[in-house]
Amino acid sequence: MDIGGINPVILIATLMASAVPILLAALGETVVERAGVLNLGVEGMMVIGALGGFVVAVQTGSPVLGFVGGAVAGAVLSLIFAALTQVFLANQVATGLALTLFGLGVSSLGGQGYNGIKPPSTGQLLPDALADLPVVGPIVFGHDWVVYFSILMTAVLWWVLKSTRVGLIIRAVGESHEAAHALGYKVNRIRLLCIAFGGAMAGMGGAYLSLVRVPQWVDGITAGAGWIALAIVVFASWKPWRVLIGAYLFGGITVLQLNLQVAGSIIPVEYLSMAPYLITILVLVIMSAGRKANGAPAALGQNFHASR
Amino acid sequence: MVLRLEKRPTPSRFWLYATPPVAVLLTMVMGGLLFALMGKNPFEVIRTIFWDPIFGEFAFYLRGQLLVKAGPLILIAIGLALGFRAGIWNIGAEGQYIMGAIIGASVGLAVFPTESRWIFPAMVIAGAFGGWVWAMIPAILKTRFNTNEILVSLMLVYVAETILAKASTGFLKNPEGMGFPGSRNFSSYPAARNDFIYEPLGLHWGGVAALVTAVLAFILLTRHQVGFQIRLAGQAPRAARFHGVNPARLVVLCMGISGALAGLAGLFEVAGPAGQISIDFNTGYGFTAIIVAFLGRLNPLGIVLAGFLMALTYVGGEMASTNLGLPDAAIQVFQGMLLFFLLAVDVLTNYRFRLAVGAH
Amino acid sequence: MNRRNLLATAAMGLMLASGGAFAQGMDKVKACFVYVGPIGDGGWTFQHHDGAMQLQAAFGDKVEIQFQESVPEGADAERVLTQMALGGCNIIFTTSFGYMDPTNAVAAKFPDVKFEHATGFKRDHPNVSTYNARFYEGRAVQGHIAGKMTKSNKIGYIASFPIPEVVMGINAYYLHAKKVNPAVELSVVWAFTWFDPAKEADAAKALIDQGVDVIASHTDSTAPLAEAAKTNGAVIGFGQASDMAAYADGPRVSSIIDNWGPYYIKRVGALLDGTYAQADAWEGIAGGEVQIGEITDKVPADVKAEAEAMRDAIAAGTYHPFTGPINKQDGTPWLADGATAPDGDLLGMNFYIEGIVGDIPQ
Repeated sequence: MDIGGINPVILIATLMASAVPILLAALGETVVERAGVLNLGVEGMMVIGALGGFVVAVQTGSPVLGFVGGAVAGAVLSLIFAALTQVFLANQVATGLALTLFGLGVSSLGGQGYNGIKPPSTGQLLPDALADLPVVGPIVFGHDWVVYFSILMTAVLWWVLKSTRVGLIIRAVGESHEAAHALGYKVNRIRLLCIAFGGAMAGMGGAYLSLVRVPQWVDGITAGAGWIALAIVVFASWKPWRVLIGAYLFGGITVLQLNLQVAGSIIPVEYLSMAPYLITILVLVIMSAGRKANGAPAALGQNFHASR
Repeated sequence: MVLRLEKRPTPSRFWLYATPPVAVLLTMVMGGLLFALMGKNPFEVIRTIFWDPIFGEFAFYLRGQLLVKAGPLILIAIGLALGFRAGIWNIGAEGQYIMGAIIGASVGLAVFPTESRWIFPAMVIAGAFGGWVWAMIPAILKTRFNTNEILVSLMLVYVAETILAKASTGFLKNPEGMGFPGSRNFSSYPAARNDFIYEPLGLHWGGVAALVTAVLAFILLTRHQVGFQIRLAGQAPRAARFHGVNPARLVVLCMGISGALAGLAGLFEVAGPAGQISIDFNTGYGFTAIIVAFLGRLNPLGIVLAGFLMALTYVGGEMASTNLGLPDAAIQVFQGMLLFFLLAVDVLTNYRFRLAVGAH
Repeated sequence: MNRRNLLATAAMGLMLASGGAFAQGMDKVKACFVYVGPIGDGGWTFQHHDGAMQLQAAFGDKVEIQFQESVPEGADAERVLTQMALGGCNIIFTTSFGYMDPTNAVAAKFPDVKFEHATGFKRDHPNVSTYNARFYEGRAVQGHIAGKMTKSNKIGYIASFPIPEVVMGINAYYLHAKKVNPAVELSVVWAFTWFDPAKEADAAKALIDQGVDVIASHTDSTAPLAEAAKTNGAVIGFGQASDMAAYADGPRVSSIIDNWGPYYIKRVGALLDGTYAQADAWEGIAGGEVQIGEITDKVPADVKAEAEAMRDAIAAGTYHPFTGPINKQDGTPWLADGATAPDGDLLGMNFYIEGIVGDIPQ
């Protein structure tokens, strides 16, 4: 059942894996931004997570510990951002960009000596008997555990943000920090935790690159994935399931355009390679047309200082 | 007993000017530690980065390079700052910079090798136009369809990069370049060249534009009605609407100005220091300018200073890296630290630390 | 790195150095390198730095090495080059095509400093030399292996940008695959990047998903090999720029290694002993600039022997990978029977040869 030489089942299975780094990072950033914090340092946290994950996995021989290491590395780096913006009330946009610069530099310094090594591999989670089933096999059963984890996290975050007290507090802090403060919530502490969570998720996304997608350590391995993750959060109007859709859409078009090239499509290559960006814009235009609010948390990017 | 932050009734004038030097000092200490850990002489590294480009043996050359490097940063950052002040987030200046360079260069290359004094001015206008058009896409999508400008402007950077690759391997490729990518070099086309006006200072038309724009933007923000509207829209959007500020017009205006300035920066760069359109023509000025804008506290004159400080760390960092064998990454980390400290100590301008007994 | 080869060339360099040391030689040379990426890229820049380290090892105290990583092309390159020249570098190697104009511009101001520009063609001043490696020779050997090894008769090529260097590689690869396997089809994916590991992995996956079972790549990371490794041996590939030996027990059956050391040793040696002269060097397997990495046991012994024979014939100068008759994609003749491609044609190559499907993006 090929369409134009491309098998849609394999295409879907592929995009699910290739979207994981962006999806994880974007989910983390969604929580951060819902709490009213704009952290543009996703790229830096991803790349430090890629290195942290790689180093831990190589040293311990365990890819699972590697992902934990990536998350810890990303979270630790994000704490610099948290300290600057929550304690020293520094501008979030500039601090985030500086974090990216810093993260790229630190990872490059720390990664010396890890070039050319192969990390322990992360295999398919479920037995071949399931993965070899037609259609559902590759799409539903054929993945490594991180793919399932990324989908699970989407569901968990959707539930947490929508229907739990924790989610309510996060949203309150992001919509009106003054009101949240008046209700007795420690705005900056809550934001700090959200930032660390975002860092951990970005770090895991980076680790997926260095442990599964590539898998290798090279300087600047993220090559801009963090920026795409930021765009996906906006695309998704700060809603977890839409983040998943956005990441799959972007990842899907990226994979599709490469497949079209292989299949010898008549569309010129340069238009194909612009397609992921243009189609993302187009879909967002269609989705946002005619709506007044775009769903951005009201306090996004504003620092809070409790005067009393 | 805890240390508490307390808002000052009015911003401290002393700390307004004292924070940048304090931050630089702190960075020197921390950076020195880092360099010492890497087995380098910290004093030598710090001197190479901060002193040598301005007063060292080769300062006669490097001083000029500071403006070459700072010029585009300042030009772009001023445009961005206007938008940021009004709450309009143009993150895609890099794309507008590329498009300004491509459109501007196309005009010049289209009439090669005609010699006329009007060619360069036409290129300047085309460059500004190219950046403006590229910024108008997110602006119009925002005003018409309420599409978020962060996403659109950012995505358009990648589209512009693809167009740049196509330009260098296709429609702008040098016909005498043996099939290699890259356009003709403007250094061999005097009528279209953005030459140095005064080389020891590194002054070319881009530098002139940057400094003039800084002054104009300062006047606009402090003296002109539009400046008032911009500031009001950023600080109190509702009040702004009440005062008759048309948000859609403001978006188009701010995005347009920042796009045109980024386009100008691209044109001056391609016709001057860079010399040609090539696949890797853009080097991240559009993103670095965002940092410069905030380091300059979104104030045009502050941006000029911030631009020079960034340029200094680039030029001095390169020297430290080449001459002292420091990895490039160490310089990146150092720059990151400098930015962190600059951003952190800024808090002292508006707040003071107080020892308080007990909580709240 | 092939150690024996390294020692041999180092010895040769030393011999040259001591030979004419009294002509107009130098006691000590400061050799400087400008890199386009970080040394940790594991590919292009990594290999140039490896060459610089070979240079250091060959001459010890007589050579001082300086380098600058991640130098953007254009204005920044011009500044770094000027700084290096002012700072006393005797010879400066600029290791990316985009440094061509800056190199020539700075060379004009420093006639006493030698400039060596990699992969370019402009030598506007007597102190500018150019050097490049005939990577297409390695591509020919890869093509031979690919044509013999493919079971699906579909082979793939992950390309970066549509420039002559890349087009040359595609043509050499296809030509030699086709020669041994007339049924072979080539799919080219343009990644429009030199370096984006995730995208390279996606490109490899796209090729694999559509039945390609031999992948060559012209981008720098090992991502395509890692993707091939997930097929448990069904798909093979080649190391690019560096040996990528970590994948030798998996999909990597051979590799093209950029080995700049011999050239750097030769040029600096010439500067030391006073025999240095402007040059336009374009060496390949013969000069050691292009090395064919160990062909693994996955390749049947006869195919391996043929590939090695081709490598040796190219090295000996008895075989040119582009030997006619070869037609262009549109059927018009390019090389007559027995004619070999002039270097000028190769350096500016902007057409596919007959049989390749698709267009070069223009």
